[in-house]
Amino acid sequence: MLDMLQYEFIQNAIIAGILVSFASGIIGSLIVVNRMVFLAGGIAHTSYGGIGLAVYFGFPIFFGASIFACGAALLMAFITLKNRNRIDTFIGLIWAIGMAIGIILIDLTPGYNVDLMSYLFGSILAVSDQDLYFMGGLLFVIIVIMSVWYKDILAVSYDSEYANLRSINVPFFYTLILVLSALTVVVAIKVVGLILVIALLTIPIYIAEKLSNTLASMMVYAGVLSTFFTLLGLFLSYNYDLTSGATIIMVSGVGLIVYFVVEKIVRYKNSL
Amino acid sequence: MPIIEIKNLTFAYNKQIILEDINLSVQKNDFLAIIGPNGGGKSTLLKLILGIENYKNGTIKILDQEPSKNLSKVGYVPQNTNINIDFPIKVIEVVMMGHVGHKRPLLGYRKEEIACAMGALAQVGMEKFAQIKIGSLSGGQRQRVMIARALCAHPEILILDEPTASIDVTGQKQIYDLLKILNKTITIIVVSHDISVILGYASKVAHINKNISYHDISDTKRNFDSSDDHFCEVELLQMLSKDSTKKSCSC
Repeated sequence: MLDMLQYEFIQNAIIAGILVSFASGIIGSLIVVNRMVFLAGGIAHTSYGGIGLAVYFGFPIFFGASIFACGAALLMAFITLKNRNRIDTFIGLIWAIGMAIGIILIDLTPGYNVDLMSYLFGSILAVSDQDLYFMGGLLFVIIVIMSVWYKDILAVSYDSEYANLRSINVPFFYTLILVLSALTVVVAIKVVGLILVIALLTIPIYIAEKLSNTLASMMVYAGVLSTFFTLLGLFLSYNYDLTSGATIIMVSGVGLIVYFVVEKIVRYKNSL
Repeated sequence: MPIIEIKNLTFAYNKQIILEDINLSVQKNDFLAIIGPNGGGKSTLLKLILGIENYKNGTIKILDQEPSKNLSKVGYVPQNTNINIDFPIKVIEVVMMGHVGHKRPLLGYRKEEIACAMGALAQVGMEKFAQIKIGSLSGGQRQRVMIARALCAHPEILILDEPTASIDVTGQKQIYDLLKILNKTITIIVVSHDISVILGYASKVAHINKNISYHDISDTKRNFDSSDDHFCEVELLQMLSKDSTKKSCSC
Protein backbone atom coordinates (compact mmCIF):
# COMPACT_ATOMS: atom_id res chain seq x y z
CA MET A 1 0.00 0.00 0.00
CA LEU A 2 2.85 2.34 0.89
CA ASP A 3 4.36 2.29 -2.59
CA MET A 4 1.28 4.02 -3.99
CA LEU A 5 2.01 6.98 -1.72
CA GLN A 6 5.13 7.93 -3.65
CA TYR A 7 3.16 9.19 -6.64
CA GLU A 8 2.29 12.87 -6.56
CA PHE A 9 -1.18 12.31 -8.00
CA ILE A 10 -1.92 9.89 -5.16
CA GLN A 11 -0.66 12.41 -2.58
CA ASN A 12 -2.86 15.08 -4.14
CA ALA A 13 -5.80 12.68 -4.19
CA ILE A 14 -5.38 11.94 -0.48
CA ILE A 15 -5.14 15.63 0.47
CA ALA A 16 -8.14 16.41 -1.74
CA GLY A 17 -10.05 13.53 -0.17
CA ILE A 18 -9.43 14.87 3.34
CA LEU A 19 -10.23 18.52 2.47
CA VAL A 20 -13.40 17.66 0.58
CA SER A 21 -14.50 15.17 3.25
CA PHE A 22 -14.40 17.80 5.97
CA ALA A 23 -16.02 20.47 3.77
CA SER A 24 -18.81 18.06 2.81
CA GLY A 25 -19.06 16.80 6.39
CA ILE A 26 -19.74 20.28 7.72
CA ILE A 27 -21.96 21.49 4.89
CA GLY A 28 -23.64 18.11 4.41
CA SER A 29 -24.69 18.24 8.08
CA LEU A 30 -26.31 21.62 7.46
CA ILE A 31 -27.98 20.34 4.28
CA VAL A 32 -29.40 17.29 6.06
CA VAL A 33 -30.68 19.04 9.20
CA ASN A 34 -32.22 21.79 7.05
CA ARG A 35 -33.82 19.14 4.80
CA MET A 36 -32.19 20.64 1.72
CA VAL A 37 -30.95 17.43 0.07
CA PHE A 38 -33.12 17.91 -2.99
CA LEU A 39 -32.03 21.56 -3.20
CA ALA A 40 -28.38 20.50 -3.03
CA GLY A 41 -29.02 17.92 -5.75
CA GLY A 42 -30.55 20.65 -7.89
CA ILE A 43 -27.54 22.90 -7.36
CA ALA A 44 -25.15 20.04 -8.15
CA HIS A 45 -26.79 19.28 -11.46
CA THR A 46 -27.28 22.92 -12.37
CA SER A 47 -23.54 23.44 -11.91
CA TYR A 48 -23.08 21.26 -14.97
CA GLY A 49 -24.21 24.32 -16.91
CA GLY A 50 -21.20 26.11 -15.44
CA ILE A 51 -18.88 23.35 -16.58
CA GLY A 52 -20.27 23.73 -20.10
CA LEU A 53 -19.85 27.50 -19.86
CA ALA A 54 -16.23 27.15 -18.73
CA VAL A 55 -15.42 24.70 -21.51
CA TYR A 56 -17.09 26.91 -24.13
CA PHE A 57 -15.38 30.14 -23.10
CA GLY A 58 -12.13 28.45 -22.13
CA PHE A 59 -11.85 29.52 -18.49
CA PRO A 60 -11.06 27.26 -15.52
CA ILE A 61 -13.70 24.62 -14.82
CA PHE A 62 -13.81 25.27 -11.06
CA PHE A 63 -14.39 28.95 -11.68
CA GLY A 64 -17.20 28.39 -14.18
CA ALA A 65 -18.88 25.72 -12.10
CA SER A 66 -18.61 27.83 -8.91
CA ILE A 67 -20.14 30.92 -10.52
CA PHE A 68 -22.96 28.91 -12.03
CA ALA A 69 -23.62 26.91 -8.84
CA CYS A 70 -23.66 30.07 -6.71
CA GLY A 71 -26.04 31.66 -9.21
CA ALA A 72 -28.29 28.60 -8.94
CA ALA A 73 -28.06 28.74 -5.12
CA LEU A 74 -29.06 32.42 -5.04
CA LEU A 75 -31.92 31.78 -7.46
CA MET A 76 -33.16 28.83 -5.38
CA ALA A 77 -32.84 30.83 -2.16
CA PHE A 78 -34.85 33.63 -3.75
CA ILE A 79 -37.55 31.28 -4.99
CA THR A 80 -37.83 29.22 -1.80
CA LEU A 81 -37.93 32.29 0.44
CA LYS A 82 -40.59 33.93 -1.75
CA ASN A 83 -42.77 30.98 -2.51
CA ARG A 84 -42.92 28.02 -0.14
CA ASN A 85 -45.33 26.13 -2.39
CA ARG A 86 -44.18 24.20 -5.42
CA ILE A 87 -40.53 24.49 -4.39
CA ASP A 88 -39.81 20.98 -5.64
CA THR A 89 -41.20 21.84 -9.08
CA PHE A 90 -38.96 24.89 -9.38
CA ILE A 91 -35.90 22.95 -8.20
CA GLY A 92 -36.64 20.29 -10.81
CA LEU A 93 -36.92 22.98 -13.50
CA ILE A 94 -33.62 24.66 -12.61
CA TRP A 95 -31.95 21.24 -12.27
CA ALA A 96 -32.94 20.16 -15.79
CA ILE A 97 -32.33 23.50 -17.51
CA GLY A 98 -28.87 23.85 -15.95
CA MET A 99 -27.80 20.44 -17.22
CA ALA A 100 -29.27 21.13 -20.66
CA ILE A 101 -27.32 24.40 -20.90
CA GLY A 102 -24.13 22.53 -20.04
CA ILE A 103 -24.63 19.84 -22.65
CA ILE A 104 -25.57 22.30 -25.40
CA LEU A 105 -22.56 24.51 -24.66
CA ILE A 106 -20.25 21.49 -24.82
CA ASP A 107 -21.89 20.50 -28.14
CA LEU A 108 -21.18 23.99 -29.47
CA THR A 109 -17.53 23.97 -28.36
CA PRO A 110 -15.38 23.34 -31.46
CA GLY A 111 -13.05 20.37 -31.17
CA TYR A 112 -14.27 19.46 -27.70
CA ASN A 113 -12.90 16.16 -26.50
CA VAL A 114 -12.56 16.46 -22.71
CA ASP A 115 -13.74 13.36 -20.91
CA LEU A 116 -17.34 14.09 -19.87
CA MET A 117 -17.38 11.08 -17.62
CA SER A 118 -14.80 12.66 -15.34
CA TYR A 119 -17.37 15.28 -14.29
CA LEU A 120 -20.15 12.78 -13.91
CA PHE A 121 -18.17 10.29 -11.83
CA GLY A 122 -15.29 12.37 -10.48
CA SER A 123 -11.58 12.36 -11.12
CA ILE A 124 -9.89 12.38 -7.74
CA LEU A 125 -6.70 10.99 -9.31
CA ALA A 126 -6.41 14.10 -11.51
CA VAL A 127 -6.44 16.78 -8.81
CA SER A 128 -4.00 19.61 -9.53
CA ASP A 129 -2.17 21.81 -7.00
CA GLN A 130 -4.52 24.69 -7.89
CA ASP A 131 -7.52 22.48 -7.17
CA LEU A 132 -6.02 21.79 -3.73
CA TYR A 133 -5.64 25.52 -3.02
CA PHE A 134 -9.27 26.04 -3.97
CA MET A 135 -10.43 23.17 -1.73
CA GLY A 136 -8.24 24.30 1.18
CA GLY A 137 -9.44 27.89 0.83
CA LEU A 138 -13.06 26.80 0.79
CA LEU A 139 -12.63 24.60 3.89
CA PHE A 140 -10.95 27.51 5.68
CA VAL A 141 -13.81 29.89 4.78
CA ILE A 142 -16.39 27.32 5.90
CA ILE A 143 -14.66 26.80 9.27
CA VAL A 144 -14.37 30.56 9.87
CA ILE A 145 -18.05 31.16 9.01
CA MET A 146 -19.19 28.25 11.17
CA SER A 147 -17.11 29.45 14.13
CA VAL A 148 -18.33 33.03 13.99
CA TRP A 149 -22.00 32.33 13.29
CA TYR A 150 -22.44 28.88 14.82
CA LYS A 151 -25.20 29.96 17.20
CA ASP A 152 -27.14 31.85 14.54
CA ILE A 153 -26.84 29.03 12.02
CA LEU A 154 -27.86 26.53 14.72
CA ALA A 155 -30.92 28.62 15.60
CA VAL A 156 -31.94 29.10 11.96
CA SER A 157 -31.49 25.39 11.23
CA TYR A 158 -33.31 24.12 14.32
CA ASP A 159 -36.24 26.53 14.44
CA SER A 160 -36.22 29.27 11.82
CA GLU A 161 -39.54 30.73 13.00
CA TYR A 162 -38.15 31.27 16.48
CA ALA A 163 -34.82 32.55 15.15
CA ASN A 164 -36.78 35.13 13.20
CA LEU A 165 -38.48 36.26 16.41
CA ARG A 166 -35.08 36.63 18.09
CA SER A 167 -34.19 39.06 15.28
CA ILE A 168 -31.75 36.73 13.54
CA ASN A 169 -31.59 37.43 9.81
CA VAL A 170 -33.05 34.11 8.64
CA PRO A 171 -33.03 34.79 4.86
CA PHE A 172 -29.34 35.81 5.06
CA PHE A 173 -28.26 32.60 6.81
CA TYR A 174 -30.50 30.46 4.63
CA THR A 175 -28.88 31.96 1.53
CA LEU A 176 -25.42 31.60 3.08
CA ILE A 177 -26.00 27.89 3.73
CA LEU A 178 -27.12 27.43 0.11
CA VAL A 179 -24.14 29.31 -1.34
CA LEU A 180 -21.70 27.31 0.80
CA SER A 181 -23.51 24.15 -0.32
CA ALA A 182 -23.04 25.21 -3.94
CA LEU A 183 -19.28 25.73 -3.49
CA THR A 184 -18.93 22.45 -1.58
CA VAL A 185 -20.85 20.62 -4.27
CA VAL A 186 -18.43 21.98 -6.87
CA VAL A 187 -15.36 20.64 -5.04
CA ALA A 188 -17.13 17.37 -4.24
CA ILE A 189 -17.79 16.95 -7.97
CA LYS A 190 -14.03 16.73 -8.42
CA VAL A 191 -13.84 13.82 -5.97
CA VAL A 192 -16.96 11.72 -6.58
CA GLY A 193 -18.58 13.43 -9.57
CA LEU A 194 -21.88 15.08 -10.25
CA ILE A 195 -24.01 11.94 -10.12
CA LEU A 196 -22.72 10.71 -6.77
CA VAL A 197 -22.18 13.99 -4.95
CA ILE A 198 -25.45 13.66 -3.08
CA ALA A 199 -24.36 10.32 -1.65
CA LEU A 200 -21.22 11.93 -0.21
CA LEU A 201 -23.37 14.70 1.24
CA THR A 202 -25.83 12.29 2.87
CA ILE A 203 -24.47 8.81 3.73
CA PRO A 204 -21.69 9.77 6.19
CA ILE A 205 -23.92 12.57 7.47
CA TYR A 206 -26.76 10.21 8.29
CA ILE A 207 -24.49 7.98 10.40
CA ALA A 208 -22.93 11.04 12.06
CA GLU A 209 -26.36 12.42 13.00
CA LYS A 210 -27.23 9.21 14.82
CA LEU A 211 -23.95 9.29 16.75
CA SER A 212 -24.07 12.94 17.88
CA ASN A 213 -25.98 15.07 20.31
CA THR A 214 -24.77 18.43 19.02
CA LEU A 215 -24.57 19.90 15.53
CA ALA A 216 -20.83 20.58 15.97
CA SER A 217 -20.03 16.98 16.89
CA MET A 218 -22.18 15.80 13.98
CA MET A 219 -20.02 17.88 11.64
CA VAL A 220 -16.80 16.44 13.07
CA TYR A 221 -18.04 12.83 12.97
CA ALA A 222 -19.28 13.37 9.41
CA GLY A 223 -15.88 14.74 8.37
CA VAL A 224 -13.99 11.84 9.96
CA LEU A 225 -16.35 9.19 8.51
CA SER A 226 -16.21 10.83 5.09
CA THR A 227 -12.42 10.88 5.17
CA PHE A 228 -12.36 7.20 6.10
CA PHE A 229 -14.78 6.22 3.32
CA THR A 230 -13.01 8.39 0.75
CA LEU A 231 -9.51 7.14 1.50
CA LEU A 232 -10.60 3.49 1.73
CA GLY A 233 -12.50 3.90 -1.55
CA LEU A 234 -9.46 5.52 -3.14
CA PHE A 235 -7.24 2.66 -2.00
CA LEU A 236 -9.61 0.02 -3.36
CA SER A 237 -10.16 1.82 -6.66
CA TYR A 238 -6.40 2.14 -7.17
CA ASN A 239 -5.68 -1.50 -6.38
CA TYR A 240 -8.57 -3.04 -8.29
CA ASP A 241 -8.65 -0.47 -11.09
CA LEU A 242 -12.21 0.70 -10.41
CA THR A 243 -13.85 4.12 -10.96
CA SER A 244 -12.83 6.11 -7.90
CA GLY A 245 -16.09 8.03 -7.32
CA ALA A 246 -18.27 4.95 -7.56
CA THR A 247 -15.93 2.97 -5.30
CA ILE A 248 -15.98 5.71 -2.64
CA ILE A 249 -19.77 5.74 -2.67
CA MET A 250 -19.96 1.93 -2.54
CA VAL A 251 -17.63 1.92 0.47
CA SER A 252 -19.87 4.54 2.12
CA GLY A 253 -22.96 2.45 1.30
CA VAL A 254 -21.40 -0.66 2.84
CA GLY A 255 -20.41 1.48 5.84
CA LEU A 256 -24.04 2.51 6.23
CA ILE A 257 -25.21 -1.12 6.11
CA VAL A 258 -22.57 -2.10 8.70
CA TYR A 259 -23.80 0.76 10.87
CA PHE A 260 -27.41 -0.46 10.63
CA VAL A 261 -26.39 -4.01 11.57
CA VAL A 262 -24.22 -2.87 14.51
CA GLU A 263 -26.99 -0.55 15.72
CA LYS A 264 -29.52 -3.39 15.63
CA ILE A 265 -27.16 -5.68 17.57
CA VAL A 266 -26.44 -3.00 20.18
CA ARG A 267 -30.14 -2.27 20.58
CA TYR A 268 -30.88 -5.98 20.86
CA LYS A 269 -28.19 -6.47 23.50
CA ASN A 270 -29.41 -3.46 25.47
CA SER A 271 -32.94 -4.83 25.47
CA LEU A 272 -31.82 -8.13 27.00
CA MET B 1 -50.91 50.55 31.98
CA PRO B 2 -52.15 47.46 30.14
CA ILE B 3 -49.47 44.97 29.10
CA ILE B 4 -51.06 44.53 25.67
CA GLU B 5 -53.58 46.97 24.22
CA ILE B 6 -55.29 46.18 20.93
CA LYS B 7 -57.68 48.75 19.46
CA ASN B 8 -59.98 48.48 16.43
CA LEU B 9 -57.73 45.93 14.78
CA THR B 10 -58.87 44.62 11.41
CA PHE B 11 -56.71 42.30 9.38
CA ALA B 12 -57.31 40.92 5.92
CA TYR B 13 -55.33 38.44 3.92
CA ASN B 14 -55.85 38.30 0.15
CA LYS B 15 -58.91 40.54 0.57
CA GLN B 16 -60.47 38.03 2.95
CA ILE B 17 -61.14 39.53 6.36
CA ILE B 18 -59.62 37.30 9.04
CA LEU B 19 -59.93 39.55 12.07
CA GLU B 20 -62.50 42.29 12.34
CA ASP B 21 -62.61 45.14 14.84
CA ILE B 22 -60.65 43.40 17.59
CA ASN B 23 -60.41 45.24 20.91
CA LEU B 24 -58.48 43.56 23.69
CA SER B 25 -56.69 44.78 26.77
CA VAL B 26 -54.42 42.41 28.68
CA GLN B 27 -53.52 43.47 32.22
CA LYS B 28 -50.52 42.53 34.28
CA ASN B 29 -50.70 38.95 35.65
CA ASP B 30 -53.71 38.05 33.56
CA PHE B 31 -53.97 34.44 32.46
CA LEU B 32 -55.76 34.90 29.17
CA ALA B 33 -57.06 31.97 27.17
CA ILE B 34 -57.72 32.63 23.51
CA ILE B 35 -60.14 30.06 22.17
CA GLY B 36 -62.10 29.65 18.99
CA PRO B 37 -62.54 27.38 15.97
CA ASN B 38 -59.71 26.46 13.61
CA GLY B 39 -59.33 29.14 10.97
CA GLY B 40 -61.05 31.63 13.25
CA GLY B 41 -57.99 33.88 13.39
CA LYS B 42 -56.32 32.86 16.68
CA SER B 43 -52.94 32.17 15.16
CA THR B 44 -53.13 35.32 13.03
CA LEU B 45 -53.76 37.42 16.12
CA LEU B 46 -50.69 35.84 17.75
CA LYS B 47 -48.58 36.59 14.69
CA LEU B 48 -49.71 40.21 14.79
CA ILE B 49 -48.86 40.51 18.49
CA LEU B 50 -45.45 38.91 17.84
CA GLY B 51 -44.76 41.25 14.94
CA ILE B 52 -44.47 38.41 12.40
CA GLU B 53 -47.37 39.83 10.36
CA ASN B 54 -47.89 43.54 9.80
CA TYR B 55 -51.27 45.15 10.31
CA LYS B 56 -52.68 48.19 8.56
CA ASN B 57 -55.91 49.03 10.40
CA GLY B 58 -56.02 49.60 14.14
CA THR B 59 -53.29 49.59 16.75
CA ILE B 60 -51.42 47.02 18.82
CA LYS B 61 -49.32 48.25 21.73
CA ILE B 62 -47.09 46.06 23.87
CA LEU B 63 -46.09 48.01 27.00
CA ASP B 64 -47.05 51.15 25.06
CA GLN B 65 -44.84 50.36 22.06
CA GLU B 66 -45.13 48.81 18.63
CA PRO B 67 -44.88 44.96 18.78
CA SER B 68 -41.67 44.84 16.77
CA LYS B 69 -39.94 47.26 19.17
CA ASN B 70 -40.63 45.25 22.30
CA LEU B 71 -39.96 41.68 21.20
CA SER B 72 -37.59 40.96 24.08
CA LYS B 73 -40.47 41.52 26.52
CA VAL B 74 -42.45 38.71 24.90
CA GLY B 75 -41.61 35.04 25.37
CA TYR B 76 -43.11 32.78 22.72
CA VAL B 77 -43.69 29.03 22.77
CA PRO B 78 -44.58 27.86 19.26
CA GLN B 79 -47.26 25.33 18.48
CA ASN B 80 -45.45 22.35 17.07
CA THR B 81 -42.59 21.10 19.20
CA ASN B 82 -42.41 17.79 17.39
CA ILE B 83 -40.58 19.25 14.43
CA ASN B 84 -36.96 18.26 13.89
CA ILE B 85 -36.89 15.53 16.54
CA ASP B 86 -33.78 13.96 14.98
CA PHE B 87 -31.89 17.25 15.15
CA PRO B 88 -28.63 16.76 17.07
CA ILE B 89 -28.99 19.44 19.70
CA LYS B 90 -28.78 19.40 23.48
CA VAL B 91 -31.57 20.73 25.68
CA ILE B 92 -29.38 23.52 27.03
CA GLU B 93 -28.51 24.70 23.51
CA VAL B 94 -32.20 24.99 22.67
CA VAL B 95 -32.80 27.03 25.82
CA MET B 96 -29.88 29.35 25.09
CA MET B 97 -31.51 30.28 21.75
CA GLY B 98 -33.89 32.34 23.86
CA HIS B 99 -31.21 34.95 24.53
CA VAL B 100 -31.55 38.10 22.49
CA GLY B 101 -29.44 41.07 21.64
CA HIS B 102 -26.74 40.35 24.23
CA LYS B 103 -23.12 40.84 23.34
CA ARG B 104 -21.55 37.48 22.76
CA PRO B 105 -18.09 35.99 22.55
CA LEU B 106 -16.68 34.93 19.20
CA LEU B 107 -16.62 31.27 20.15
CA GLY B 108 -18.74 29.24 22.54
CA TYR B 109 -21.21 30.47 25.12
CA ARG B 110 -20.74 32.92 27.98
CA LYS B 111 -20.93 31.71 31.56
CA GLU B 112 -23.87 34.01 32.28
CA GLU B 113 -25.74 32.62 29.29
CA ILE B 114 -25.29 29.07 30.58
CA ALA B 115 -26.23 30.06 34.14
CA CYS B 116 -29.33 31.86 32.89
CA ALA B 117 -30.36 28.90 30.75
CA MET B 118 -29.86 26.51 33.67
CA GLY B 119 -31.99 28.83 35.80
CA ALA B 120 -34.76 28.78 33.21
CA LEU B 121 -34.55 24.98 33.07
CA ALA B 122 -34.78 24.81 36.86
CA GLN B 123 -37.93 26.96 36.72
CA VAL B 124 -39.63 24.31 34.59
CA GLY B 125 -38.08 21.41 36.51
CA MET B 126 -35.90 20.18 33.67
CA GLU B 127 -32.38 21.06 34.84
CA LYS B 128 -31.39 17.39 35.06
CA PHE B 129 -31.92 17.03 31.33
CA ALA B 130 -29.68 19.90 30.23
CA GLN B 131 -27.07 17.76 28.48
CA ILE B 132 -29.52 15.34 26.85
CA LYS B 133 -30.41 15.32 23.15
CA ILE B 134 -33.78 17.02 22.75
CA GLY B 135 -35.18 14.23 20.58
CA SER B 136 -34.99 11.72 23.44
CA LEU B 137 -37.45 13.67 25.61
CA SER B 138 -41.19 13.05 25.76
CA GLY B 139 -43.63 15.55 24.27
CA GLY B 140 -44.43 17.08 27.64
CA GLN B 141 -40.77 17.40 28.61
CA ARG B 142 -39.99 18.99 25.25
CA GLN B 143 -42.76 21.51 25.80
CA ARG B 144 -41.23 22.44 29.17
CA VAL B 145 -37.89 23.02 27.44
CA MET B 146 -39.63 25.35 24.96
CA ILE B 147 -41.13 27.24 27.90
CA ALA B 148 -37.66 27.48 29.45
CA ARG B 149 -36.35 28.86 26.15
CA ALA B 150 -39.01 31.55 26.25
CA LEU B 151 -38.21 32.32 29.92
CA CYS B 152 -34.53 32.68 29.10
CA ALA B 153 -35.03 36.25 27.88
CA HIS B 154 -36.84 37.23 31.14
CA PRO B 155 -40.08 38.17 29.37
CA GLU B 156 -42.98 40.02 30.97
CA ILE B 157 -45.47 38.22 28.75
CA LEU B 158 -45.47 34.54 27.87
CA ILE B 159 -47.45 33.53 24.79
CA LEU B 160 -48.12 29.85 24.12
CA ASP B 161 -49.73 28.49 20.95
CA GLU B 162 -51.59 25.23 21.61
CA PRO B 163 -49.10 24.16 24.29
CA THR B 164 -50.73 20.83 25.01
CA ALA B 165 -51.83 19.78 21.55
CA SER B 166 -49.67 16.65 21.39
CA ILE B 167 -49.27 15.80 25.06
CA ASP B 168 -51.02 13.16 27.18
CA VAL B 169 -53.51 14.19 29.86
CA THR B 170 -51.09 13.97 32.80
CA GLY B 171 -48.49 15.98 30.90
CA GLN B 172 -51.13 18.59 30.05
CA LYS B 173 -52.02 19.12 33.67
CA GLN B 174 -48.34 19.43 34.60
CA ILE B 175 -47.84 22.08 31.93
CA TYR B 176 -50.83 24.09 33.17
CA ASP B 177 -49.76 23.74 36.80
CA LEU B 178 -46.37 25.08 35.78
CA LEU B 179 -47.99 28.00 33.94
CA LYS B 180 -50.07 28.75 37.00
CA ILE B 181 -46.90 29.12 39.09
CA LEU B 182 -45.21 31.25 36.42
CA ASN B 183 -48.34 33.39 36.24
CA LYS B 184 -47.51 34.87 39.66
CA THR B 185 -44.83 36.97 38.00
CA ILE B 186 -45.58 36.79 34.28
CA THR B 187 -48.62 37.62 32.20
CA ILE B 188 -49.68 34.54 30.26
CA ILE B 189 -51.61 34.17 27.03
CA VAL B 190 -52.52 30.68 25.87
CA VAL B 191 -54.11 29.85 22.56
CA SER B 192 -55.97 26.59 22.74
CA HIS B 193 -58.98 24.80 21.41
CA ASP B 194 -58.91 22.45 24.39
CA ILE B 195 -61.39 24.53 26.39
CA SER B 196 -61.99 21.90 29.03
CA VAL B 197 -58.52 22.00 30.56
CA ILE B 198 -57.79 25.65 30.14
CA LEU B 199 -60.91 26.89 31.89
CA GLY B 200 -59.52 25.53 35.13
CA TYR B 201 -56.57 27.87 34.97
CA ALA B 202 -57.41 30.97 32.92
CA SER B 203 -58.69 34.17 34.49
CA LYS B 204 -59.88 35.72 31.22
CA VAL B 205 -61.18 34.11 28.07
CA ALA B 206 -61.31 35.61 24.59
CA HIS B 207 -63.26 33.73 21.96
CA ILE B 208 -62.08 34.60 18.47
CA ASN B 209 -63.92 33.80 15.29
CA LYS B 210 -63.22 36.80 13.08
CA ASN B 211 -64.75 38.90 15.88
CA ILE B 212 -63.86 38.76 19.54
CA SER B 213 -65.98 38.00 22.60
CA TYR B 214 -64.29 38.61 25.89
CA HIS B 215 -65.15 37.15 29.30
CA ASP B 216 -63.66 37.69 32.69
CA ILE B 217 -64.04 34.31 34.40
CA SER B 218 -61.81 34.96 37.38
CA ASP B 219 -64.88 35.32 39.64
CA THR B 220 -66.77 32.43 38.11
CA LYS B 221 -67.15 29.55 40.48
CA ARG B 222 -65.51 26.50 39.07
CA ASN B 223 -66.32 22.98 40.14
CA PHE B 224 -63.45 20.93 38.87
CA ASP B 225 -64.05 17.83 40.87
CA SER B 226 -63.24 15.38 38.13
CA SER B 227 -61.00 12.60 39.39
CA ASP B 228 -59.00 11.94 36.21
CA ASP B 229 -57.79 15.52 35.74
CA HIS B 230 -59.63 15.79 32.49
CA PHE B 231 -62.93 17.29 31.43
CA CYS B 232 -64.76 16.17 28.41
CA GLU B 233 -67.20 18.53 26.74
CA VAL B 234 -70.16 16.95 28.52
CA GLU B 235 -68.69 17.54 31.97
CA LEU B 236 -67.84 21.04 30.92
CA LEU B 237 -71.39 21.82 29.88
CA GLN B 238 -72.73 20.33 33.09
CA MET B 239 -70.35 22.46 35.07
CA LEU B 240 -71.32 25.63 33.28
CA SER B 241 -75.04 24.94 33.67
CA LYS B 242 -74.57 24.57 37.43
CA ASP B 243 -73.31 28.11 37.50
CA SER B 244 -76.57 30.00 37.53
CA THR B 245 -74.96 33.37 38.23
CA LYS B 246 -73.32 33.36 34.82
CA LYS B 247 -74.21 36.35 32.70
CA SER B 248 -75.79 35.71 29.34
CA CYS B 249 -73.20 35.42 26.64
CA SER B 250 -73.16 37.31 23.39
CA CYS B 251 -71.10 34.79 21.45
